[in-house]
Amino acid sequence: MQRILIVGGGTGGTVLANRLSEKLGDEIDAGEVEVRLVNDGPNHVYKPVYLYVAFGQREPEDALRPLSDLVDSRVTLDVDRVTDVDTDAKRVTRRDGGELDYDYLVLATGATLVPDETPGLVEGGHHFYGPEGAEKLRDALADFEGGRIVLSVVGTPHMCPAAPIEFTLMVDDWFRERGLRDEVEVHYTYPIMRLHGKQSISDWAEPRFADRDIETHTFFNVEEVDPEAQTLHTVEGESLDYDLLVAIPPHRGDDLIVESGLGDDGWVEVDRNTLEADAAEDVYAIGDTATAPAPKAGSVAHYEAGVVAERLAASVHGHVPTATYDGKTICFMEAGMDDATYVSFDYENEPVMRDENKFVHWAKLAYNESYWLTARGLL
Amino acid sequence: MSEHTPDVTVDARGAGCPGPLMDLIGKVKTVDEGTVIELQTTDSGSKDDVPEWLEKAGHELLDIVDQGDYWSIYVRKT
Repeated sequence: MQRILIVGGGTGGTVLANRLSEKLGDEIDAGEVEVRLVNDGPNHVYKPVYLYVAFGQREPEDALRPLSDLVDSRVTLDVDRVTDVDTDAKRVTRRDGGELDYDYLVLATGATLVPDETPGLVEGGHHFYGPEGAEKLRDALADFEGGRIVLSVVGTPHMCPAAPIEFTLMVDDWFRERGLRDEVEVHYTYPIMRLHGKQSISDWAEPRFADRDIETHTFFNVEEVDPEAQTLHTVEGESLDYDLLVAIPPHRGDDLIVESGLGDDGWVEVDRNTLEADAAEDVYAIGDTATAPAPKAGSVAHYEAGVVAERLAASVHGHVPTATYDGKTICFMEAGMDDATYVSFDYENEPVMRDENKFVHWAKLAYNESYWLTARGLL
Repeated sequence: MSEHTPDVTVDARGAGCPGPLMDLIGKVKTVDEGTVIELQTTDSGSKDDVPEWLEKAGHELLDIVDQGDYWSIYVRKT
């Protein structure tokens, strides 16, 4: 029996489990292979929904589906938390279920928010990266009738690098539609010398922000939030007052990764093409968990899962794994409440930007509904 | 080789722009004043981006050393 253990039931882990079930179905049925997915809760979470929760267009429950509905019945689903990884013994320990040996381990434990790493941010800032944060922001936006909104990218790396620009263009449009834009100042801050990590995305955003009177602050790295004075203070020695702060909080990977010696800050150091962990044999990492120089985005986890499924299936069949990940990324980007564009790029090719239009916005909304087919490994 | 001995090394080799600068900023936030950081980068853009940020943030650029297949940028937090 060859045992493939996947830790984490987000996009990467779920797509991988289903792809392996498809590729190794006969072996699983014959009892020669086990594919087990361990997740620390019963639900799969589709995080892009939360951006729309902030604008009152979706509910947090829309982001959830039971993993048992999404994962093929050949996969052994294990709702438990992995608390320890011993890569020498090839064994994990679960909180409730005890030890488990593996032949191949895939870590897909994702990213978590650590707003308390920035003093004052918990008390002073809103975010749209989780259900409670998005609901609080929805209420704060609904009550906001004038003043300065600051969207600040505080933490990097962060999930969905498109989201800060999307939120900023959406909030501008949302206040225009509500007839309040003249009462609202919109500011956007970013840590480096331009508006986005990718030059072409920054070049696309810059004239759009200028046209919509969105003020921008670059080389702006928040060191501290003063929630009483409602002021941001930066590493560079600048200050910026706000009436409503929407922050991209600092992120970290799972403590499990740090404790198992697989990477700092909870991100597993991997080969960017094979996705194999640098520090251990027969261990892969995918999605937000991996340090491959690709965005922490669902499409990356999705494509990486496909590559690792092929590599693992080859290994199980006794072949040399040859599938590699080339950095492929596809992201939709909202450009307001009714228009969107999309970008695709990889390690070698920069994004080619296209003007936004309504069709791509509809495509994004349609994809948000059909995402559940992606999770099932079908789309 | 450089005359500077780093207290901390940030290995950002293989990361495309702006990864190395982001990694450096993250490290500068967490270390004490006076700490010497060596940023290892394979992205040639770092040679412009990093000094620009250091000037704005008021930290000291000590040296940029061509190591053959990467650059070492030495920085002191002030």
